[in-house]
Amino acid sequence: MPHSTASEPVLSGGLVEEDSIILDAPGQVPDYTKEEGKIDMYDSVSPSEDSAGEAPRMDVKLEDIFNDVDDDEDDEFSGSRVSNTNSEGSPQEAPFQFAPSAKYTDPEVMLAFYQRLFPFRYLFQWLNHSMKPSNDFGHREFAFTLQNDAYLRYQSFATGDLLRKDILRLNPSRFEVGPVYTANPRDRKTLRKSTAFRPMAKELVFDIDLTDYDEIRTCCNKANICHKCWSFVTMAIKVVDAALREDFGFQHIMWVYSGRRGAHAWISDKRARNMDDQKRKALAGYLEVVKGGAQSGKKVNMKRPLHPHLVRSLDILKEHFQRDILEDQDPWATPEKAERLLQLLPDKLLNDSLRKKWDAAPGRSSVSKWADIDAIAKTGASKALDGRALLEAKQDIVLEYTYPRLDVEVSKKQIHLLKSPFVIHPGTGRVCVPIDTKRLTEFDPLGVPTVTELLGEIDAFDGQAKKEESHVKKPQDYEKTSLRPYVDYFKIYVAGLLREEKGAKRGREEDAMEF
Amino acid sequence: MIRQGYNRVDPKRRSTIDYKKKQFASPTYKEQEYPHRLNFYEIPPTAEITLEQFEQWAIGRLRILAEIEACSFRNKTHAETAAHVTPLLQKWLPLHSNTSSSAGSQDEILKLERRKDHYSHFILRLAFSSTEDLRRRFARIEGALFKLRFQSDDAKERQAFVESLPLDWEVVSEEEKKALGMDLQNATPGLKRQDVEEGGWFKVDFETVSELVEGRRIFLKAGKAYVPVKEQMSMVLTGFNARLDKGLELAARALPRLDEDDRLTPILHHLSKNFATPDSTLSDSDSALPGAPINASSIDPLSQHFPLCMRNLHTTLRKNSHLKHFGRLQYTLFLKGIGLTLEDCLIFWRQAFKLITDDTFNKEYRYNIRHAYGDVGGDAIRRGRGYSPFSCQKILTEHPPGSGESHGCPYRHFGVDNLTALLQTTGVIDRDVLRGVKEDVEKKRFHIACNRVFEWAHKGDIKRVKEDGSWGAAELDTIVHPNTYFKRSYLLKTGGVAAIKGDEMEM
Repeated sequence: MPHSTASEPVLSGGLVEEDSIILDAPGQVPDYTKEEGKIDMYDSVSPSEDSAGEAPRMDVKLEDIFNDVDDDEDDEFSGSRVSNTNSEGSPQEAPFQFAPSAKYTDPEVMLAFYQRLFPFRYLFQWLNHSMKPSNDFGHREFAFTLQNDAYLRYQSFATGDLLRKDILRLNPSRFEVGPVYTANPRDRKTLRKSTAFRPMAKELVFDIDLTDYDEIRTCCNKANICHKCWSFVTMAIKVVDAALREDFGFQHIMWVYSGRRGAHAWISDKRARNMDDQKRKALAGYLEVVKGGAQSGKKVNMKRPLHPHLVRSLDILKEHFQRDILEDQDPWATPEKAERLLQLLPDKLLNDSLRKKWDAAPGRSSVSKWADIDAIAKTGASKALDGRALLEAKQDIVLEYTYPRLDVEVSKKQIHLLKSPFVIHPGTGRVCVPIDTKRLTEFDPLGVPTVTELLGEIDAFDGQAKKEESHVKKPQDYEKTSLRPYVDYFKIYVAGLLREEKGAKRGREEDAMEF
Repeated sequence: MIRQGYNRVDPKRRSTIDYKKKQFASPTYKEQEYPHRLNFYEIPPTAEITLEQFEQWAIGRLRILAEIEACSFRNKTHAETAAHVTPLLQKWLPLHSNTSSSAGSQDEILKLERRKDHYSHFILRLAFSSTEDLRRRFARIEGALFKLRFQSDDAKERQAFVESLPLDWEVVSEEEKKALGMDLQNATPGLKRQDVEEGGWFKVDFETVSELVEGRRIFLKAGKAYVPVKEQMSMVLTGFNARLDKGLELAARALPRLDEDDRLTPILHHLSKNFATPDSTLSDSDSALPGAPINASSIDPLSQHFPLCMRNLHTTLRKNSHLKHFGRLQYTLFLKGIGLTLEDCLIFWRQAFKLITDDTFNKEYRYNIRHAYGDVGGDAIRRGRGYSPFSCQKILTEHPPGSGESHGCPYRHFGVDNLTALLQTTGVIDRDVLRGVKEDVEKKRFHIACNRVFEWAHKGDIKRVKEDGSWGAAELDTIVHPNTYFKRSYLLKTGGVAAIKGDEMEM
């Protein structure tokens, strides 16, 4: 290691050393040493010790001093690559001693995650829509929640590397992504007119949260989830995804697990990004079917004939209703709950005979009760029974129990901030990973890796690798862990987005040539 | 769809006039022709008019706009508004169709009418471009006026007008129509089979018909909306509004450079002043109920005076020890309106949220309460005293409650059965009142329902103050604000009279 002295916590020495390096050897070299110094210090001593606590801060100062000198050269070298060298040269046997026992909320764990695993490069490309830094990223708002729960809004960064640098400095427990503004968010107070600072574009987003299903899910409530109720999210994703693709023609839709009990959709099509609030509201209204608060009675009252969107949704939801609702949730098991079902049915006489039958056989399952409706209707229990009305009511019930319950306020406003993908959920320690819609049903929210598991996996891999002494190309840190498939998915997704953006841009340029 | 660049000068001809000399060049259009009754107001007027005309025409139009806005504030339906405004339009801003005169569009009277319409629009555009708020209101009401006129237009002339518009529509071919089959009909309510098969269909970007998309009243495929001929209006309106918004923005930018002597500026200023906001807000003095003990611990006994919406929030809060965001906001602002201080309000919420720790409360809720009081957030000057308490209008129209939420107006957002049950728990047991409420709600007259309950609950006191003459008609008009409900109820029950005089709601 040529520059190991740089890690010594002596301000003046460090300064001189760094200075000389930058002067005669620009490029990645100083950066490596700097990064390594930081890792060493965090690993070997606990940050509570005064002397060590000071050292990393000083390190940051150094970086700030040379900000404009090495930023330009750094762009080529993304986060993971830098940290890769760290592990290579790392002298420790077990770099993450804290890993097994530590909680995911530990600042060191978070920092190590950002340093070694967070895919800043692809996040940058995803939000920037091109490799070359542009205002799509530069004028975009980020908001950090710091470890002490302070909330920093209006952060912005010219490049993904600068974002990474600041995240390593502040070590936020989570951060959120906001819209692209007409001016740099950091300059918003220097603008002469307040109207010159307004949101211009943002990915269209959707938020599905299982707490909105509390009145119809029987397995869990509040923040808890299990595989049974996750199927609500699965069907919601299917329905919304189909509508966005087929009806609205969007192609770049990414679904992200929110870390605990829901999922977010990010739609990056240019047309979606540029929609103003009114259009977002229209789109949200198109997708919103289940309406009304806790007291509003029947929540789905669709007009007939059903809109093709609803026909398609019913088609998707039918099987889920049978399996996930009737069998797994068993929503009408008790007489009180069954009363709720009867409220939704149109015919009084039919209801009476159903009630009689169910009272006689307590403990009858929802599957049987659902079947009873048609069975009793056929026996002619009610003479005035309107078969059509009954069918429609049954369709409405299926929709009420399965149709996606979106938190539409999130989708309606451009300025709404939404947690970034790959952030760690502070409550569970799970990474907010993208969900591959092609293998949607295989997605297991409880199997999503937690940050501590991931760091453990790196250690295990490194230990293994040391024994084997292989000469193949050193893998990046994320490739050593179970985060790999998710990052790879993200990478491919982003590449597809960039390809289309590039095509669009070229098209524009050619247009311009005609003049 | 707006065809791009229709108003841009052809690049090859762009610099025929030196821009420095442009102001001296004779305009290419001086006296405009008005072949159609309706106008998209794309080209500003250039001919000369007298100052008197300038002012008179503008005031005439202003009257109409004020009436239209008043109708929308009173929750009138479209048909009611039309019935109300049409005679006024005849008086102040008549606009006849071509067929009304033998000379067609060449008739002098028609020409004058159209000219007046054109000029007055642009004068007001100038007058109302100064602030964002005025611009938005002006655009909304002008849009409504345009809609009124568009609907009342002669079908043939309307067609001619629409065809003259620079809108970009793609016609759906017969084969495509066949291929889509029933989907078109199912997606578009109110169409007969015949209409679907014989009528024309247009394909446009879904953004241009967002109104139809939001109501799910249109067929969508791959980002294109399939619009039947009869829904043209929605698209024309969108086009009109888009242009007007853009025009207002331009006018706002040009306004400081108007560089005008003191002839027009005072008139414009005066015009915009007369268009002051008539939304029902609480006046400053209204929050005070002198002598009333209003603090964190008196909310429970006071809640008997609350309107149903607030009472529902209060009982929900007591039941669950929690309210969701919009519930907290609606209730906090109401409490602020009845005169609860910020300190007391914080105590009230802290005590109400029994199940959470101080730490969570401070972290997640304290800020929002302070924000509602204008204590934090944004810059100190602009935030003023925070938001004003929500009016019935706002509660009825904005943010309908979602699952698990209990804000909003019970008359509007509850099912009838639940509403009746809720009313009964608050002591409304009179059969006639309940039936009346049910009818009101069915007719969507929610505030009438609320006032009905109020009058029933206070009928003894109302009779008393009416008889002894201490309360006039003005003090007993329809309630359109939850805080008025509380204040009136409180004063009636406690026999306070003096305080109500002089600080009524400002309309």
